[in-house]
Amino acid sequence: MIEVKNLTKKFGEITAVDNLTFHVAEGEVFGLLGPNGAGKTTTIRMLCCLISKTSGDAQIAGYQIGNGADSLAIRKLIGLVPDNIGLYEELSAYENLDYYGKLYECSEGDRKENIEYFLKMMDLWEKRDQPVSDFSKGMKQKVAIARALIHDPKLLFFDEPTANLDPESAKVVRDFILKLKKDGKTIFINTHNLDEAQRICDRIGILKTKLLAVNTPEQLEKTVWGSRTVIQVEEINDQILAAVRKLKPKDLNVEENRIILTLADPQKENPDFVQEIVSAGGRIQYVTQLNPGLEETYLKVIKETK
Amino acid sequence: MRLSKAWTVASKDFKTFTKRKSILYSIIYFEVIVSICVPFIIRFIASKPSGAAILPTFINAFSFLYVIGASLLPVGIASYSLIGEKVQKSLEPLLATPTTDEEILAGKSIAAFLPAICANCVGALIFIVLVDLFTYSTLKYIYFPNWDIVIVLFLLAPLSCILSVGYNVLISSRANDVRTAQQLGTLIILPFGAVYFLSEFNVLTLTTNNMLIMAAVLVVIDVIVFYLVKATFQREEILTKWK
Repeated sequence: MIEVKNLTKKFGEITAVDNLTFHVAEGEVFGLLGPNGAGKTTTIRMLCCLISKTSGDAQIAGYQIGNGADSLAIRKLIGLVPDNIGLYEELSAYENLDYYGKLYECSEGDRKENIEYFLKMMDLWEKRDQPVSDFSKGMKQKVAIARALIHDPKLLFFDEPTANLDPESAKVVRDFILKLKKDGKTIFINTHNLDEAQRICDRIGILKTKLLAVNTPEQLEKTVWGSRTVIQVEEINDQILAAVRKLKPKDLNVEENRIILTLADPQKENPDFVQEIVSAGGRIQYVTQLNPGLEETYLKVIKETK
Repeated sequence: MRLSKAWTVASKDFKTFTKRKSILYSIIYFEVIVSICVPFIIRFIASKPSGAAILPTFINAFSFLYVIGASLLPVGIASYSLIGEKVQKSLEPLLATPTTDEEILAGKSIAAFLPAICANCVGALIFIVLVDLFTYSTLKYIYFPNWDIVIVLFLLAPLSCILSVGYNVLISSRANDVRTAQQLGTLIILPFGAVYFLSEFNVLTLTTNNMLIMAAVLVVIDVIVFYLVKATFQREEILTKWK
């Protein structure tokens, strides 16, 4: 659905996005993680044909970004939920959606049907004629999502969809994105909410002007940290450590009574280590795999680029 | 450019204006003052012994108020139309729709142009009827309609309105709030106000020829402003430089 190759954007002397290469498959949820100013919004804006690229290529469903005729075709295919909700406060939820339905060239019948469907789904049908200015932030965000969906796009771009929302509203929005995922929509999310990214995204890219890593959340952790095994022993002594070192793990750390091993193939190597520790007189309390989590992984990747 | 798209953008703005009473009132106040109050001043002048001699100069000068009106009335609408989008941060989702920059710009221009011109025409109709009613006994002939009012309403007023809309789009691209945009936007009436006062003090006579020359100058300025606006109203410029 999205093919990006060496995409670069410069604003004068400043490089906002540098040499991005990635792809997003149809039906996939792809998340772009990165600190403020990493180029996430610039990337979305380029892919939505809102701003031009400086160099490189990107295709959305076979259409080339930066090509005048293709730009209109791309904008018909996509729905955008920007970081700023951007609704017309004087107009009602219905009027906001009707306006965008017209701009997306939906027929009157489709517009009416879709507006009713989305407003009912988002529990806003009873409030359809109230000015949006009377709505809470969460309600406004729901209307903004409905606006992006009004023409039934194949591809959805979310730029910080839960930023500034209270936990309850954020959950409603997250659940809705998960529903869209189930419906088979291709979704591209910019976020710096790591928990959200882990829950929603099939694959994650870590961006800091350059794309530092791309993979599934689990693979990302493994790639960054390697596979780590924790063996908690009742008491650690030199004999046990010597036995462990004899098997040459990739990395060995000791924290209190825990031995943390980085291994190439834990399933194959774990039994050998356990056997050696027991033979050296160690009493094992438990053996477990260490999952650092996406947050630690993200922070490590970002830190390594500084 | 698809006019239906431009009309969709304009229709949304019309709907917004009906809910923004301040914009409606600013149009109504101007038209009430010029179309109803000014004819009573003319009636007062007509009642003077020298009324018949000086009335045409005064009426012509007062008619020019509709040129000023055509440049003043779009200020509130145009500035709100664009700054409103800026303040509500609605430009990004709007620009993400399959609508071209030209269609959005045309829609915004129609939204500012049409109400101003329509209000001007309705006001002018009342003005014409009242002036004829109040001056007939003094002048002994029906003053309006004449070529001068036709040039004012159908040439100078639309041209000044177009200029005002363009100028206000340029102002809106730099201003951050509606009030600042309106204050700067109102400056557009200065040259037209100068012409009005010069004619009131008989320094400049608003003859048919002079008004046609003015129209020709306005056409040239409108074309220049149009190209400036077109260069300013670019998707990328709007998203990255309009703060």
